Amino acid sequence: MFEYAPAPESRSVVDLKASYGLFIDGEFVDPADGGSFKSINPASEEVLAEVSEAGTQDVERAVRAARKAYEKVWGPMPGRDRAKYLFRIARLIQERSRELAVLESLDNGKPIKESRDVDLPLVAAHFFYYAGWADKLEHAGFGANPRPIGVAAQVIPWNFPLLMLAWKIAPALAAGNTVVLKPAETTPLTALLFAEICQQAELPAGVVNIITGAGDTGRTLVEHPGVDKVAFTGSTDVGRAIARSVAGTRKKLTLELGGKAANIVFDDAPIDQAVEGIVNGIFFNQGHVCCAGSRLLVQENVADRVLESLKRRMAQLRVGDPLDKNTDIGAINSAAQLERIRELSDAGSAEGAERWSPPCELPDRGFWFAPTIFTGVTQAHRIAREEIFGPVLSVLTFRTPAEAVEKANNTPYGLSAGIWTDKGSRILWMADRLRAGVVWANTFNKFDPTSPFGGYKESGYGREGGRHGLEGYLNV
Amino acid sequence: MTATTTSARSELSELGRSETALRTFLHGLPGVDQVGAEQRAAQLGTRSIKTTAKAQAIDLAIRMVDLTTLEGADTPGKVRALAAKALRPDPADPSCPHVGAVCVYPAMVPHVAEVLRGSGVHLASVATAFPSGQAPLEIKLADTRAAVAAGADEIDMVINRGAFLAGRYKEVYDEIVATKEAAGDAHLKVILETGELATYDNVRRASWLAMLAGGDFIKTSTGKVPVAATPPVTLVMLEAVRDFRAATGRQVGVKPAGGIKNTKDAIKYLVMVNETVGTDWLDPDWFRFGASSLLNDLLMQRTKLTTGTYSGPDYFTLD
Repeated sequence: MFEYAPAPESRSVVDLKASYGLFIDGEFVDPADGGSFKSINPASEEVLAEVSEAGTQDVERAVRAARKAYEKVWGPMPGRDRAKYLFRIARLIQERSRELAVLESLDNGKPIKESRDVDLPLVAAHFFYYAGWADKLEHAGFGANPRPIGVAAQVIPWNFPLLMLAWKIAPALAAGNTVVLKPAETTPLTALLFAEICQQAELPAGVVNIITGAGDTGRTLVEHPGVDKVAFTGSTDVGRAIARSVAGTRKKLTLELGGKAANIVFDDAPIDQAVEGIVNGIFFNQGHVCCAGSRLLVQENVADRVLESLKRRMAQLRVGDPLDKNTDIGAINSAAQLERIRELSDAGSAEGAERWSPPCELPDRGFWFAPTIFTGVTQAHRIAREEIFGPVLSVLTFRTPAEAVEKANNTPYGLSAGIWTDKGSRILWMADRLRAGVVWANTFNKFDPTSPFGGYKESGYGREGGRHGLEGYLNV
Repeated sequence: MTATTTSARSELSELGRSETALRTFLHGLPGVDQVGAEQRAAQLGTRSIKTTAKAQAIDLAIRMVDLTTLEGADTPGKVRALAAKALRPDPADPSCPHVGAVCVYPAMVPHVAEVLRGSGVHLASVATAFPSGQAPLEIKLADTRAAVAAGADEIDMVINRGAFLAGRYKEVYDEIVATKEAAGDAHLKVILETGELATYDNVRRASWLAMLAGGDFIKTSTGKVPVAATPPVTLVMLEAVRDFRAATGRQVGVKPAGGIKNTKDAIKYLVMVNETVGTDWLDPDWFRFGASSLLNDLLMQRTKLTTGTYSGPDYFTLD
């Protein structure tokens, strides 16, 4: 009766090159051994561009460039001048945000409405925010004259390619460090466009170096002896390996790893908004969110009602072309990730949980997974313990606030949690007891550059964002 | 209707007998989180409705317009002109549908009735001492009866906001029941005047109260106070009619009124209806826009879509 006609965002704003070199010392260069790989559009499996694979020599070159820039230019530069570059980068990101958003959706598979309305505004906001800190570091609470650390090796994931770049590069540069950043191998393109923005902003050569590649490149980078600081966002397994490799060195380390967040709905919650929060908590960005509310803990006396509303709401979710402005759920980022989501979902069914998805047609090509919920899940199920990193929600119930806390905390992770209740005192009581770095009350997946973000337990250590986010990049 | 909804319906119909039962029920409804409701409404507003979908939405919106004039300066000539426009909104294009209804003051009803008779366009009249509702009950009921007798087949009543805000829910309930009775076969639209209710919790409670008392439609506003229809208020009301139907099996319509001035806004409301209560409500019998200037913008956009050129406002009638 009221079918939305296709409303595709134009691809023409993006001018993709056939191939990209490595961004080292202010220019794009070919890798020493000429290795390359392809970055594809996960919604269509079409090849978007050929990207260089950095080897040992390239890492060496990048770290050396960063070291030189740190010692000669960026380290000695007064904070107010560093701020000027960061403000300039922030403005350029805003000016080119449409182009960046389209490219992010093409390379990552996320819906354009998210890259346009969430990712890009936050990316610019991060640069603006940390630009403001660059000349005020002595007021950040880390002593009278806090010094930068040196060269930062930064390895970021594929779920928010440009936003994770901003979370890493903005505070590092504000504090006076130089960086070598490796984007994820499935989503390198916006980082390379960011490199062009650095050129456009006339950022001194070597301050930002971007090298592309897969796990080997990342390992070579974080193990390089010329690196003073390692910052990693990604899986807990890789985070553990990095922690082992930097143990016993002088390198400072911050890790932002996995999560299995509880989104807790009490019987006095505003139900309609809680349902929105549940949907946003798990289906935002196809569930490729480390702080996703992947475990719904709902009070038993409202469970039926909440689930009924949730199912009705899920039937409205529009899965499909990421560039369509009306798409709610885009493509799964890679074949490997799709395989992992399928494997864990199958395990959920095999272990006896009840699986439900709304009727939805998935495109033939590309990587897709329908939004899914599992009910009748217990704490012992794999889908309640392991991070799925996909649009799959496990629903558990509880009877008392104490039980909610116990179940929420009963995970090796501790990145985030959500509480839905009309009772302010209960929010505070719960927040005191939840072992999670971020606790959202009557909302979920809200981000702001002024607010620190990071985990407890196996979700990592160190904080990104806010004043706290400077600490990882200062010698304190 | 299932056995459970039938029994729920008879249980709910008992509520109006006691102040305590009404209060307990209305205050037991789930709360509305203001930030969350406004965020959801804003999100729905970002849908991009283009080409064929837009054409479809514009025609539907035209059919949903309650073409309204509620001015002290209204004259028989003025309302007759409006009624003529309701029948043929775009004289240049016979494919353009007629609007849902014409909405006027009771004194103007006979003049409009002459024009609309047999056309399928409904005739709505505000009543019950619109817009303030500050008159004795007998006068409100007489107002209603007079409008119906003069030919109105829809009555837009106002609730007693003073009683509602003071917590005298039964008084509000009884007035709606009495007005419904006075209106007879005419459809009863209950105006909540959400701008005066201030909170979304109140909007939800007033919506339920109006539905429990037998209202056929719930309407946001009179258009006579500074804050009229807003997307989040309409969202909360849509959720209420959805939940009410689930509980009782009875479907109630929704009418945002006031402040909806252009096609873009109207389409945002249709998207909200589509994604909150579904296609059952995407019909002039179940969703209306109370508006005056909206129609011309819909007509301009319609012409733009069919001809490809955007004509100026002088090509559309001002009534």
